[in-house]
Amino acid sequence: MSLLEIKNLHANVAGREILKGINLSVDAGEVHAIMGPNGSGKSTLAQVLSGRDLYQVTAGEVLYDGKILLDMAPEDRARDGIFMAFQYPVEIPGVSNLYFLKAALNAARKHRGEPDLDAMDFFALVREKMALMEMDESLLNRAVNTGFSGGEKKRNEIFQMAVLEPRLAILDETDSGLDIDALKVVANGVNALRSPERAMIVVTHYQRLLNYIVPDYVHVLAEGRIVKSGGKELALELEESGYAEMVEAV
Amino acid sequence: MIEQIREEARRRFAELGYPTTHDEEWRFTSVAPIARTEFSPTAAPLSAQPVRAGFTIAKLSQSPVEPYLARYANFRDNAFVALNTANFEDGLFIHIAKGVIVEEPIEITIESRANGHPTVSHPRILIVAEAGSQATIVERYRGNAGAYFTNPVTELIAGDNAVVDHYKLQTDGANAFHVSTLQVQLGRDTNFRSHALCFGGALVRNDVNAVLSEGSECTLNGLYLVGGTQHIDNHTAIDHAKPHAASHELYKGILEDHSSAVFNGKIFVRKDAQKTDAKQTNKNLVLSEDAVINTKPELQILADDVRCTHGATIGQLDPEGIFYLQSRGIGLADARNLLVYAFARDIIDRVKVPSLRDQLEKLLLEKLHAAHRN
Repeated sequence: MSLLEIKNLHANVAGREILKGINLSVDAGEVHAIMGPNGSGKSTLAQVLSGRDLYQVTAGEVLYDGKILLDMAPEDRARDGIFMAFQYPVEIPGVSNLYFLKAALNAARKHRGEPDLDAMDFFALVREKMALMEMDESLLNRAVNTGFSGGEKKRNEIFQMAVLEPRLAILDETDSGLDIDALKVVANGVNALRSPERAMIVVTHYQRLLNYIVPDYVHVLAEGRIVKSGGKELALELEESGYAEMVEAV
Repeated sequence: MIEQIREEARRRFAELGYPTTHDEEWRFTSVAPIARTEFSPTAAPLSAQPVRAGFTIAKLSQSPVEPYLARYANFRDNAFVALNTANFEDGLFIHIAKGVIVEEPIEITIESRANGHPTVSHPRILIVAEAGSQATIVERYRGNAGAYFTNPVTELIAGDNAVVDHYKLQTDGANAFHVSTLQVQLGRDTNFRSHALCFGGALVRNDVNAVLSEGSECTLNGLYLVGGTQHIDNHTAIDHAKPHAASHELYKGILEDHSSAVFNGKIFVRKDAQKTDAKQTNKNLVLSEDAVINTKPELQILADDVRCTHGATIGQLDPEGIFYLQSRGIGLADARNLLVYAFARDIIDRVKVPSLRDQLEKLLLEKLHAAHRN
């Protein structure tokens, strides 16, 4: 059984159909890249999987670890190991990064029947992951994403992912707007989390990210459907020919 | 002399009567429920901690208060101040001698009650902090669930270069009326901070008026959290009477259910009050479609070399923020509470009395949880 099984998924936003029958299965240990032009439905797919209520699923089903994902509240999906790195991380003034992470981590631990992590262990974990992401410790006491640069926000997303250790990570255009140095840090962070137990879906518009996070599979999304799937070489093909050609050829 | 003033206040109240919503100062707050209730007079007990070296707490009636009492709070124009001035039973006089630094907060508790029949009390407090002194005063207002009316007036006179922090925590019972005035007179280079923290009561009106001298620094912080059918009205007036004074004002409100709130912030900058630096902000978080907020800045600036800014916001919880928290495993109710708490946080962080800050956090959470049960 796959960790994630998407069958004929259709979804609307404000009455307009964005996803028109997505089929995808992702096994533990795999990294899948989903590429496609703007408006193809990449981000919609990521948001539907994380439980954003702006989207209405009109047909199809999604099984996560054998459970009916679409029936689960967003917080239950997270506690059960799904993590989405936001394309636009939200600023939360007045809530410190540290408090936020602790609340998130302990919510997942409680769900698994584990006790809260004590302060010492928590801080040790956080320091280790901050070093991985080359982040300054002062960010811990700052309000979540508030006043962060674009690069700091994206790093903060991957840092949270590193602390929460999800089973299924969905990266929604984590590379957009990053300079090459920041991109490398983010990619290193992601690569450090690759493991046989963990699956990743990397949504991106640009092939560049996939030089650093090498996927096992690449899927091309166009007009709400996966029009082509292949290995990592598909990304390079796309880079050469562009989306227009590939989409037209289908 | 005091008796003469009280007699004058009595006459004045007879002339003024209770204000109505035709009165600009009371446009959004009807005190008709107070005006039509027959209250029996009672003295709400005022209690304060015992006397320590360097400062005095005594009854007004046994203190040399003549130079101060009723000299600052305006009983000639404000009906409720007149009512208090005419009727207060006795009150507290707090005196901090010149240059004395009082480390521990001076705690005053005003406990009101009504059993069966409505009651009214007029607590009166006079605080004099002499030049160069430093003190923290905490006034706590609370009571039972009866229909009582508390009508307190506090006059606070801070001498040159004094540093005074004033806290008012208002957690009256659900059927209480509370109309208060805090009248503040600041000396030269005096640093004063007021924290108005309002949670309780059915109908609440607070006036905070401060008159500044040259180089004074005045900070007014406010937090109000109302739910049910509560109504709260905060009026503040800062009088920049002299040059080089600064005022910073931040009032934040959280409204739930069918509650309503008013904020009115007046800033006067007198003609010779050059180099005034005044900043006023009122932010409101409206958590229910049925809640109503009226907010109004009133700036009157007669000097020409000043910096005055004001801003008011009315907003809801950010759905993106709620989803972001949920997507990290934090439940919906907790996510909402966290965002409300975050909204109030900068006011809470300014509370420097640890026991008060703890109580404030507890109150906020209790009230938020109560709202979610509805």
